[in-house]
Amino acid sequence: MNRYFTRKILIYALTFFLAVTIDWMIPRFMPGDPIQNMLSRANVNADAAQVMYTYYAHAFQLDLPIWQQYLNFWGALFRGDLGISIYLFPTPVAKVLMRAVPYDLFLLLPAILLSWWAGNNFGAFAARSKWLDNTVSPIGYILSATPYMWLGIFLAWLLGIVLNIFPIAGAYSFDLQPSFSWKFIGSVLQHWFLPFFSLFLVMFGGWAIGMRNMVIYELEADYSHYLEALGAPQRLVRKYAFQNGILPQITGLALQLGVIVAGALVTEVVFSYPGIGYLLLAAIQNQDYFLIQGCFLFIIIGVLIANFAIDIIYILVDPRTRRGMTGETA
Amino acid sequence: MNTAKKNEFLYFALKNWKLRIGFVVIGVFLILALIGPLLVRNDPFAYANPTGAKPPSSDYWFGTTFFGQDVFAQFVLGLRATFLVGILGGGLATLIGVVVGFTAGYRGGIVDEVLNMLTNIILVIPTMAVLLIIAAYLEVRSIFAECIFIGLTAWPWAARAIRAQTFSLRTRDFVDLAKTSGMSSFKIIFREIAPNMMAYLIMTFILQFGGAILNAATLDFIGLGPTNTISLGMMMQYAVMWGALLLGMWWWFIPPGLAITLIVGALYVMNVGMDEVFNPKLRET
Repeated sequence: MNRYFTRKILIYALTFFLAVTIDWMIPRFMPGDPIQNMLSRANVNADAAQVMYTYYAHAFQLDLPIWQQYLNFWGALFRGDLGISIYLFPTPVAKVLMRAVPYDLFLLLPAILLSWWAGNNFGAFAARSKWLDNTVSPIGYILSATPYMWLGIFLAWLLGIVLNIFPIAGAYSFDLQPSFSWKFIGSVLQHWFLPFFSLFLVMFGGWAIGMRNMVIYELEADYSHYLEALGAPQRLVRKYAFQNGILPQITGLALQLGVIVAGALVTEVVFSYPGIGYLLLAAIQNQDYFLIQGCFLFIIIGVLIANFAIDIIYILVDPRTRRGMTGETA
Repeated sequence: MNTAKKNEFLYFALKNWKLRIGFVVIGVFLILALIGPLLVRNDPFAYANPTGAKPPSSDYWFGTTFFGQDVFAQFVLGLRATFLVGILGGGLATLIGVVVGFTAGYRGGIVDEVLNMLTNIILVIPTMAVLLIIAAYLEVRSIFAECIFIGLTAWPWAARAIRAQTFSLRTRDFVDLAKTSGMSSFKIIFREIAPNMMAYLIMTFILQFGGAILNAATLDFIGLGPTNTISLGMMMQYAVMWGALLLGMWWWFIPPGLAITLIVGALYVMNVGMDEVFNPKLRET
């Protein structure tokens, strides 16, 4: 178990290192020059541009040697300094992001956990039942193939515009101030439902199919046949099949996190939901590079933390990892 | 023996309704993408309809956008972009996955250790975040660049799966025999190991194909799509940006998303069908 843990932590540390390096490298080594861009938009004469260029190059410390810039970047990172947002000048990027994170957690955690729980149970239930299987599988495949933003757009149009049941933009009604009143909480939940539901549906399809296949596979395994031969009730056999089938689904959750986060980004864009995704869109449209880089780091850190949490859960759930019987699953 | 076996696969492939459905759906969209632009009378970017947004009619099969652009013309051009991303992006990801997977799985030892570590690291990094930051710094973005970046970031799971498969094959007797007869490693991998997991490689490509399409749609939707053409994801972006939802212009945003769903769904179903054809245990009786 120790080996398993050290390995995992090493991988996460290297991943973080690589991610920060990418974050630092891309603005510096991509074609094009952000300062030049900024100046050409400012539209000043050539001499003034030259002076301003030197000024900005100094202000952003681009005149230092490259290794010094890299070390400074790490230093700033550990002080929590991600630069100043241009789009929301003069708010620091870290502060802008911190304001958006609660909305992301509020949207993502319920959507991920509920869809995983519901999908797994439903998939296990549908396995080997002819009628359910024939209806669930096609729906599951279609759902998991649906682009997140399109399902969001579709639901917003159908339930928001045509049937006019749910609001389709923002995190709460524009005429309310954040407070602890029932009216405000009601409004928050009402605005939360559609983005949550569209994320939930797409993920649900994937988990249901995965679990259905796992349970069928486990029911074909020797131990299941042995239990059946012993005359164990079908419910018990299925219970064991479920318990074994759930393990790959936990690993699957870790592998799917990147896709889920990408889905959440576009869903927030569709519903103008003020999380990181919505912020990112604004940052891209306003060419706010510090904010884009900050979003990138936040997404990576979030995914790394979630991955680590899933690893711990896996160890708790699967006794074999604790006894070091599966060293190579890392 | 060999031809008989191939015919057997062909027989089950033709009998398998999942594969048939998948092929028909992909085929219809592929034909539409190939000949569609020839049927179109309007330039996809021209403001063809002076009256602005109109629902589908005999003149404009899928209606017109807020600006009077022909949605059908944009749709068929977008389909081309979608297939291009699927084939090139998915193909590149599969290729890298194959090379890394074979090398790591067959070599073993320190090479495997390093490649496996690399794979695991890139597997944890959310692909979309990297694509976003690269695309954000590119001022001119071509569809080929998009394909390449998607391919370069999507390979890890394929490499991991292929490595595991290679691991189980490399200790088999026929590989040992090839080794003793002095075959080069390269030849052993492509003559002895690869043919034994051909079905698996094809299935990997199918899944990468679908994944690349979804990735491109996400990237395009967030405003980082190719700057010189139109794609299905960009159609949805423009539709949302110009208030197609509030104005009830469903013909603008339904077709592109529906097409992606059907194409990727068909690919997933084909993947399952393929599994059933090559794995007798799963065949429906």
